[in-house]
Formats: sequence, structure tokens, C-alpha cells
Amino acid sequence: MSLPERRTDIGPPHYKDFLPPVIQKNYGDWKYHEILSPGVMVHVANSGDKIWSVRVASPRLLSTDTIRDMAAIAEKYCGGYIRFTTRNNVEFLVSDEKNLEPLQKELKDKKYMMGGIGNRISNIVHTQGWVHCHSAATDASGLVKVLMDEFADYFTTKETPNKVRMAVACCVNMCGAVHCSDIAVVAVHRKVPTIDHEKVKNMCEVPSTIAACPTGAISPEPSKKSVKINADKCMYCGNCFTVCPPIEIHDPEFDGVAIVVGGKVGNLRSNPKFSKLAIPFIKNDPPRWPEVTAAVKKILDAYIADAKKHERVGEWIERIGWEKFFKVTGLPFTFQHIDDFLIARETFRTSATFKW
Amino acid sequence: MPKKYETPLLDELEKGPFPSFVTEIKKAAAKSDMAADELGQLEKSYRDKRGYWKHGGIVGVRGYGSGVIGRYSSLPDEFPNVANFHTVRINSIAGFFYTSKFLKEACDIWDKYGSGLTNLHGSTGDLVLLGTNTENLEPIFAEFSSRGWDLGGSGSAMRTPSCCVGPARCEWSNIDTLDITYSITQEWQDEMHRPAFPYKFKFKTAGCAVDCIASIARADCSIIGTWKGNIAVDQTEVANYAKNGMNIQEEIVNMCPSKCMSYDGKELKINDADCVRCMHCIAKMTKALKPTGEKGATILIGSKAPFVIGATLSWVIVPFMKMEPPYDEFKDLIRKMWEFWDEHGKNRERIGELIIRKGMREFLEYIGVEPQAQQVKEPRRDPFFFWTEADLQK
Repeated sequence: MSLPERRTDIGPPHYKDFLPPVIQKNYGDWKYHEILSPGVMVHVANSGDKIWSVRVASPRLLSTDTIRDMAAIAEKYCGGYIRFTTRNNVEFLVSDEKNLEPLQKELKDKKYMMGGIGNRISNIVHTQGWVHCHSAATDASGLVKVLMDEFADYFTTKETPNKVRMAVACCVNMCGAVHCSDIAVVAVHRKVPTIDHEKVKNMCEVPSTIAACPTGAISPEPSKKSVKINADKCMYCGNCFTVCPPIEIHDPEFDGVAIVVGGKVGNLRSNPKFSKLAIPFIKNDPPRWPEVTAAVKKILDAYIADAKKHERVGEWIERIGWEKFFKVTGLPFTFQHIDDFLIARETFRTSATFKW
Repeated sequence: MPKKYETPLLDELEKGPFPSFVTEIKKAAAKSDMAADELGQLEKSYRDKRGYWKHGGIVGVRGYGSGVIGRYSSLPDEFPNVANFHTVRINSIAGFFYTSKFLKEACDIWDKYGSGLTNLHGSTGDLVLLGTNTENLEPIFAEFSSRGWDLGGSGSAMRTPSCCVGPARCEWSNIDTLDITYSITQEWQDEMHRPAFPYKFKFKTAGCAVDCIASIARADCSIIGTWKGNIAVDQTEVANYAKNGMNIQEEIVNMCPSKCMSYDGKELKINDADCVRCMHCIAKMTKALKPTGEKGATILIGSKAPFVIGATLSWVIVPFMKMEPPYDEFKDLIRKMWEFWDEHGKNRERIGELIIRKGMREFLEYIGVEPQAQQVKEPRRDPFFFWTEADLQK
């Protein structure tokens, strides 16, 4: 079987070849946009031309069958033009208004979930999890599925005070944007890793393993040509496992997830913020993690009930104060919430002003 | 016929309104032995509450050191079709635009040579082909590259740059995010495909401070569009927003971070000299407010996830840079940064971590950027600081 001739270092094709003609014509010359429904928005150019975007949810992990179906729909109503959003949703790009209704009807008939535009829960950015990653301490796709099932109404119809950006990361590597999300789930370990010294000797580089530790807990163990871990210093991050696989961090019994809240990346109103710890640990409970969905719902409900219009989760919490956040959500405040990593002192309160 | 596994736990994840990844895997598993074993192994993970993938090994296509991530099952006897099950990263189109023609071709190639499973997209923005055997890698590369597509980055290399939808379909973009992304991707193919950096390097380009691509949190180099000029106010449209129920005082004026707006019930006024260009008012009143004047970008460096020193957001290095093709000023600046990193960076040290270790001054001096008050939130608070011999002569 002969293969076509390979080419190297050509880079991706030029984006212009993938833009609908109405976008090519009005590129950089858009005047405004309007959200017509939770799944439809229209962008209007200075020329008066319009393009409609119809957004549907995607699990991100897609089979070729589903992609072909999306391609066929795009061919039928969109001249073949389709795009994906930075949060992994799918957008059908409609240039001819008369295709808008039939497209939505077909999407509905085929059980695609339209929505996610505006002040809603869009999709959940996430990582590979048990599907395809060596360092996963939970499954990301499963958590996304159960959370989005729980909050489906906030994708398709209901509104939130502002956008709620969620993320799931299957370990603290955080290939998903957990560290700056409104509400996010991150898998954590809680026990000092075990070391298979025989294998370390053959598979690992001692200096890079020592350097991988953020707390300086790893030191050489010359007698075994290996390393040892100071249990008092280890914060179970698992970075040593990443550089040296015989240092086993996974522990099905003690691994689980933490929930962090209040992060954002946009600059609107207030500066970008990191997410902060709300719940230090919930056990892994596949396939549907009921405690995780209940905990996220508790936080989301408190936000919806109390936030002002346009306030993101982090802005709401900063207005009411973190002490009040723990009060209104009823979440326990524990030693795990008080920072003892590198820049801990920046988070200690240095004023006499706080709420009861 | 691929092997059929019983999956009682995963079946629970086919219930509920949100589209199911399990259904997707099952669709692929009906046709592919690899996808079938992926499904079987995943069910086992759900049962045992742990993953069964091993670390990646060195695997790839001839002449490239990146674009393929080796993945091996730790249970190859039980799941032989995923004994090796590598990821192929295809460099996506700037702005994530596709045509049905390309998607169908990609599906045909992938069904022939892989599991039929994909991620649209991976976290960095690649079109991810999820799982194939080692012997399929060269054919996949030949099929894609002969059609004008290339692999993305992986390992200690420049990673596939990505951007927001930008001027293609957004009225707020101050820069051509797609063109910048395309241009730097083409400029640095060697840096993407042959890892030679201390560690990974990511670019993300956002057209404005709304930052829909999360550049400030997820890119070693964040390029964020901005402007130097006034916000033009269309008072007729302001009146329309008020008429349609917007509480302009409450929702716009009171939420302005620099308190540079006022509204008397008729006219919305902006003291542009105090505006910090956060985008709140523009995003909420898009028909009424438009930035004017010079357009460009703020260049920020250093954001990354927690390893090793904790998560960082990018820091302002160049407050304002014009961004016009062929972007020489920007590219020259990046080359100097890479030189600094190449000279001083340790193995697996991101550029942000290096800047913390060496000091911002050393970095700025190396890349030839003057100290500017926009680079900091506030000046240092402690009385410990360096003086060089040259400083003493000033």
C-alpha cells in the first residue's frame, strides 16, 4: 500500500481558507453582536452583513461518527463551515438566515444540546483522566458529565449572575484551567508516595527527581542509589512521580478531589484571580460522584442567590468576604484552608476588619 | 468484530441530558479494536478507582521530536489493542475554524489508522487524535501532511499557539489574533517540532482583556489586545440600553474599576485618562461604546499551572506594542527571551520560574526592556535592593 509523500514543517493551513465568505468579507469589521437565545447569537458587521452562530454542547471526546454527523449538518445549513470554541463547544456558522430555523430543528431532533451563550454555565474545560493519562487521580470526563447533567438547565435556559466557568483537572498538573476558574474540581493525593528503590536505580535521574519537589522533601539515598522522602515536608503533589515513575503516588483509597472557587481570567471589573480552596477533599466515587455534584450545587446556589448582576463567583466572594462565604455555604473551614506553601503569609489577614 | 466488554459502571454515564463521552467511545468501539480495549480498560479504572496508563516513551515520526505523545497500557495482556495507544497532535486552525471537507477527510484517515477517538480540542488547542499504535504513526503523518496539515508541539518545545476568535467574528478585538497565531506558528516550526528548550513554551493570543483564550493564566507568553485612545460613546445607543431595562448607574458606572464613568440619566461620560481598559462597560454596552485610537497588545510572560512553585499569572513585560505583520519587533523580543532561557534555564524550568529565580531585572536587562511602572502592581516594600556599578555612576 503506497502512502502519499510526507511533507515536514509546513505548519497548519492558512485560516482564511476555513472562514465562511461572510467572515472573509467582514474580517475585523464587526459592529456588534446580540444573543438571540441561549444557543444562538448574531454578529452584525459595519457593512450590515450578518453571521449567526448556533452553539451546541460537546463532551470534547468525540468519535469520528459524531464529527461526520456534525460535518454533514454544517454542509446542509452552513456551507460546510463549523468552528469549536475555546471551551470545546461546537458552533455552526450560518450565513443565510433562512437556514437558521431548519438547522435548530435538526439539532433538536438529533438531541444535540443547544445553549451555553451568555450568562450561563458553558462547557467544563477538562483533562484526560483515566481515559488516557498516566498521572490521573480521578476521571475528568466522568466528572464533567455528571456536573453538566446536574446543571444542564444552566446551559440550555436558566441564567446565572454572570458566566460561570468551570473546570476539572484529574491531577494537580492542571492541564485544565482549574487555577483560574469560577468553580473547579481538582484531583488530589493525600499520602506520601512509596518508592520502588530497585526501579529508581535503573529508571530515574536522582538530581532531576530532587529538583522536581516543590517543598525540598526529596534527598539522595546513596546506599540504595535512590532517593528518600521526608514525610513531614511532602505535600503529595506527585511531581516526583512524573519525573520518576517508580515513585508511586496513586492510592485508590485515599485519592479524591478538592473543590476550588473564585478564579477568573478576564479583566472585566476586577483583575484576573486564582481559584482558592473551598473543599479540601471529597472521595472518589465513580461513576457519578454524588458528593461532588452536591457540593458544587451548594456553592452555585449560594452564588446565584446572593450575587449582584455581573458579579463573577470570585467577585461575589470578595464583596461578602471569605469568612461569609464559608458561613453562607455551610462549608467547614479547616487547617487545609490556611496556606502553608511558598507564599502563605500573603494570605494571612492583616487587619481588624472582618465579619462574624 | 471488536471485542464487546460489559460496562455497567460506564453505562451509568450514558444517562442524563449532557452528551456522553461513553457513548462516543462506544461508537468508536463498535468499529475499532483499539477503542474497544480503551472502553474495557476504562471500565476497569472506574471499578478500581485508578488509571492504567503508563508514562509516555520516546515515540514519534521521522525527523520530529514532538507532536506524538507515547502512551502505553499497564495491562497489555488484558487489553492488547491498547498496549501502545499514542496521542497524535494535529496543529489546529487559528480560531478553531474548520470545513466539513477537512473534518471528513480527517475522520477517514483516523478510522483507517487509529481508534476513531478524538479531542476537539486538547487543552493547549491541538486537534487531538486519541490513541493509535506505533506502526500507524508514519502513515498518519503522511496522510495529514500531504493534505497540508502538520503536527503540533509536545515536550520541551514551543507548543501549538492558540487564540480567541478575534477579528474573524468579534467586534472587540484590538489585534489580528488569528494572523499573529498563524505567523508565529509558521515562523517557529523548528522550535515546535524539534524540542530544544529547557521546558515547554506556550503562546496564547487574546484580542482584548476579556481574554476568552485564558492567555493570562495558561501561556508562557500572553498577548492581549488593547488600545491607547478614548472610548467613543454613542449616546443614542446608551439611551436605548436604558430604555431596554439596563440600570446604567448600577450595572455600568458602579462596576467600573477605575471609577472613571458618570451618568446623569441622559448622558454617559467617561474620563478616559483614568480608564484602565478592563472591557466591562464595552462588553455590556457593545452597541454604544467603542475603543478608538492606536491599537496594539500588552505582552505578558510567565503564567503556568502549579508545578513547581505554585500557579502563576503572566506578568506585564511590554505594556504596549504595535502588532502589525510581519511582527518583527515581537518576534525579536521573543528570540531574546528564549536566548535568556536557553542560557540560564534548568531542565524542566519554565521561563516564569526562571525569572523568579534570576530576578526580573536580569530578565528585563537581557531582553532590552526598560523598567516601567506598568510592569508592577506596586514598587518593592522592603529596603533590600541591588545597585550595579553602572547604577552608581548615574
